[in-house]
Amino acid sequence: MNTCPENVLELMNHYLDGDINPSEEQQLKEHLESCPDCREQYQALSKTVAFVQSASHIQAPSDFVQKTMGRLPKERQRAGVQRWLRRHPMLAAAALFCLLMSTALFTNFNDDQQFSFTKQPNLVVEGQTVIVPEGETVVGNLTVRNGDLRVEGELQGDVTIVNGQYMASSGVITGEIEEIDQAFEWLWFTIKEGFKDAAAIFETNDSQTND
Amino acid sequence: MDALVNKRIAKVIKGDQNAFAEIVELYQHQLYQVCYRMLGNKQEAEDIAQEAFMRAYVNIHTFDQNRKFSTWLYRIATNLCIDRIRKKKPDYHLDAEVRGTEGLNMYSKIANDDELPEEELMRMEVQERVQYEISRLPDKYRAAIVLKYIEELPLAEISEILDLPLGTVKTRIHRGREALRKQLSNL
Repeated sequence: MNTCPENVLELMNHYLDGDINPSEEQQLKEHLESCPDCREQYQALSKTVAFVQSASHIQAPSDFVQKTMGRLPKERQRAGVQRWLRRHPMLAAAALFCLLMSTALFTNFNDDQQFSFTKQPNLVVEGQTVIVPEGETVVGNLTVRNGDLRVEGELQGDVTIVNGQYMASSGVITGEIEEIDQAFEWLWFTIKEGFKDAAAIFETNDSQTND
Repeated sequence: MDALVNKRIAKVIKGDQNAFAEIVELYQHQLYQVCYRMLGNKQEAEDIAQEAFMRAYVNIHTFDQNRKFSTWLYRIATNLCIDRIRKKKPDYHLDAEVRGTEGLNMYSKIANDDELPEEELMRMEVQERVQYEISRLPDKYRAAIVLKYIEELPLAEISEILDLPLGTVKTRIHRGREALRKQLSNL
């Protein structure tokens, strides 16, 4: 009676998997020639493989593609937008930022429909009109929103009028006069002021470091 | 082939559904065959293969285009098949007596389902018999055997499809082969 090497089943499996090296293959062949039991087992296994491989190839039904496409979720506009957002996260973020920023600015502009002006002593208000009375001197810058300005006395400073008019009169203004009427100008003005403020901060920083 | 498929995938991602029809055209037979061999039923095979394509379509943006598309598809399909097989398994107690029978419990019923009488096996046609023997394999071995011997895929690809280490795939194929040998001992 032959004693079979312990690894003979393993060798058979390697052989059937198609990953056996030549020396192992030699070893297996020699053993199978001398051992009828193992030969029978090997033949049964390879017959099994041949049997399974004899399974004929099967084709999908002829309407398979059509039916599959019918089951797909319909491409919706929203899906397209979502996919675009997913593919361009930076652009999406930038677009959202711009949208929010512009909304904020315009809302600000529209909310400021109330009549208001810089508080200064000596100023007289008549309805929607701010008046610097004759003989009085106002020192400092003056901003009037949603109202008009009439200067009869003297104003030592700059004037800014938003959505209003400077009504020419006999008064004296030592600074610049600026009238802002439209949303776009208001935006431009805000930006300009922002830069001026930023520049002022940098300048003070510079002078501090220079000190 | 892969470059061609990737081009179509790019189109699908951009929203072109027709490009996906071309992908289905390319892989329909392979995928249907795997499902049929796993499930042993034409209606179910069609249903699961379509479901697999649908999932691939919905999740196409998660597919890594450096990999092989067919591997990804096979993976979706085999997972769906295994789920379906497990759901079909009865979850009632084996000891419970089958209603309307006397002394017949689920053990005897399963034994009946599992093994046909020999004369019936002899009357089966070869193709029918192949499918019958495959469907008797435990689902763990069935997937590996179908991918190896019906689809004739390399072991490395099978290991990727089943998400198992190469060694485990080999073991499953060896055990599956051995189980089939025993089932076929009367052939």
